[in-house]
Amino acid sequence: MDKNNLIVYLEIEDGKVADVSLELLTKGRVLASRLGVKLEAVVLGDKLDTVEEQVFPYGVDTLYKVQDDRLSPYTSNPHSAVLINLFKEIKPQICLMGATCIGRDLGPRVSSCLHSGLTADCTALEIGDHTDPKTGKEYKDLLYQIRPAFGGNIVATIVNPECRPQMATVREGVMKKEVFDPAHKGEVINLDAKKYVSDEDFVVEIIDRHIEKSKINIKNSPIIVAGGYGVGSKENFQMLHDLAATIGAEVGASRAAVDAGFTEHARQIGQTGVTVRPKLYIACGISGQIQHIAGMQDSSIIISINNDPNAPINTIADYVITGNVEDVVPKLIKYYKKNSK
Amino acid sequence: MSLNIIVLAKQVPDTRNVGKDAMKEDGTINRAALPAIFNPEDLNALEQALRLKDANPGSTVTLLTMGLPRAAEIIREAMYRGADTGIVLTDRALGGADTLATSYSLAQAVKKFGNFDIILGGRQAIDGDTAQVGPQIAEKLGIPQVTYAEEILDLSNGHVTVKRRLENGVETVKAPLPCVVTVNGSAADCRPRNAMLVQKYKYAASPSEVAKLDETRKGLLEKRPYLNLQEWSAAYVDADPEQIGLPGSPTKVKNVENVVFTAKESLRLDDNDQQIEDLVKELIANHTIG
Repeated sequence: MDKNNLIVYLEIEDGKVADVSLELLTKGRVLASRLGVKLEAVVLGDKLDTVEEQVFPYGVDTLYKVQDDRLSPYTSNPHSAVLINLFKEIKPQICLMGATCIGRDLGPRVSSCLHSGLTADCTALEIGDHTDPKTGKEYKDLLYQIRPAFGGNIVATIVNPECRPQMATVREGVMKKEVFDPAHKGEVINLDAKKYVSDEDFVVEIIDRHIEKSKINIKNSPIIVAGGYGVGSKENFQMLHDLAATIGAEVGASRAAVDAGFTEHARQIGQTGVTVRPKLYIACGISGQIQHIAGMQDSSIIISINNDPNAPINTIADYVITGNVEDVVPKLIKYYKKNSK
Repeated sequence: MSLNIIVLAKQVPDTRNVGKDAMKEDGTINRAALPAIFNPEDLNALEQALRLKDANPGSTVTLLTMGLPRAAEIIREAMYRGADTGIVLTDRALGGADTLATSYSLAQAVKKFGNFDIILGGRQAIDGDTAQVGPQIAEKLGIPQVTYAEEILDLSNGHVTVKRRLENGVETVKAPLPCVVTVNGSAADCRPRNAMLVQKYKYAASPSEVAKLDETRKGLLEKRPYLNLQEWSAAYVDADPEQIGLPGSPTKVKNVENVVFTAKESLRLDDNDQQIEDLVKELIANHTIG
């Protein structure tokens, strides 16, 4: 039985661990306990002083810290080199990373060097057994890497029977972030960066960097007003902002609306955007491609406003209002204002 | 300075606009209903390559694609827009490859190709959305990578300066050549076909296409060597049979399921005022809003 541990690569910006990493720790804790192994985490960069305080409550047993100014901000080769050398040493059975610009740059490079399999953008991770259909060989407790494929029309379960670590990336918001035990304490292991990365790895130079905290926070909004291609124009999208401002919601969008230029990419909900689970989701002029539904189906209440009574999204909606967005949305605003006091 | 530029591209089924007929009754994909297209972000990469060629006269742009023999179609498409030639890496033994086996195979083809200054490719292909093959090729070739590129700002003195588009900002980086650059969909669109180039290259053909041609067309390809596209096999690029195709893929598909959403019992309303007011009142009353 594989008793090697599960490790999560932590992303940090200005000393703060990214939400996606905390979400992966939450999932990683469950998987590690199921396997009876330790949950480990690795963090690279500078300003690492408070990382253990941030991650121990999520159930981390071992935190590897690699402190070196040159490791911040992230660049591909040095971070890859550290992980490759560390993984050769500690041999994790599973490695999880965020499906972010960093994780999707780093994961492939590490997996290529270690010849381990990597599955991108998983929407679920489970532990289970596997029998090779050809050889009949049985494998216990593999990581099931479950992800949509073919534009979201199918869901595939991927396994890495032979190669380690089994690597997977997961998008922000797909897993839930939940403290395991506020009093949980783990061990910190400080690693000497020089043993893991050489000067020659620092080949790419960052000349300029503008990182802005996104002002748009659809992931944590309890109410979302989302618009699709059926909203018709950038101008009509303003109406959704009006409704959102009235009822205290955030504005989201389908990929079609973003591609059409009605609104910015940061608002995109679905497999190639953000996954949301608000208590109320108002879908305006969204037909309901599978890719979109996958990113919002866990909303508590779904209202669909569409002039097509047979729009696919209507099948998962609690309320279906058949009508034009430009007629219905102003009425929602009007009657909310009238009745809210 | 003339450059030797490789553009990695993939012919993919158009998964973006999957209609009702794209799934068969038994729940499997009806591939015939999905047209094969030039992977969109590979076109963004091609445009960046063509701009480098414009700025550096005498440069050549070679399209490298792995797939079925019919992938020669996207090489011609690239040539209509300004690419010089192309190679299809095609072999039954390459079938069923995951990203790692794919990047190994393509890296072998790049080694066979020989000298190059820069490799450009799309960030990811729409049939898999993994974004893994670019960085994995870079690793296999032992060269740096720049992902999420939006624009190549400069290429000089053995370095390339690239603007990257990240989820929450932009970053400008300088990388030594040779390197792999993967290009985002937010980069400039690819230029359209050029009518003169369409005339020049419309009879370009790969060996397996040539085999089906009549004698006149075969004669034309003999007279005009630039019309001959290359087709490379796994053996030709010295690929280790253990590292390609299904046997060379560490990830295995355990099973595949059709996506089914549980339908709810919906309450149907019209857009009349009374119904909408009642709905709003209900949402306020149960503290969903307000």
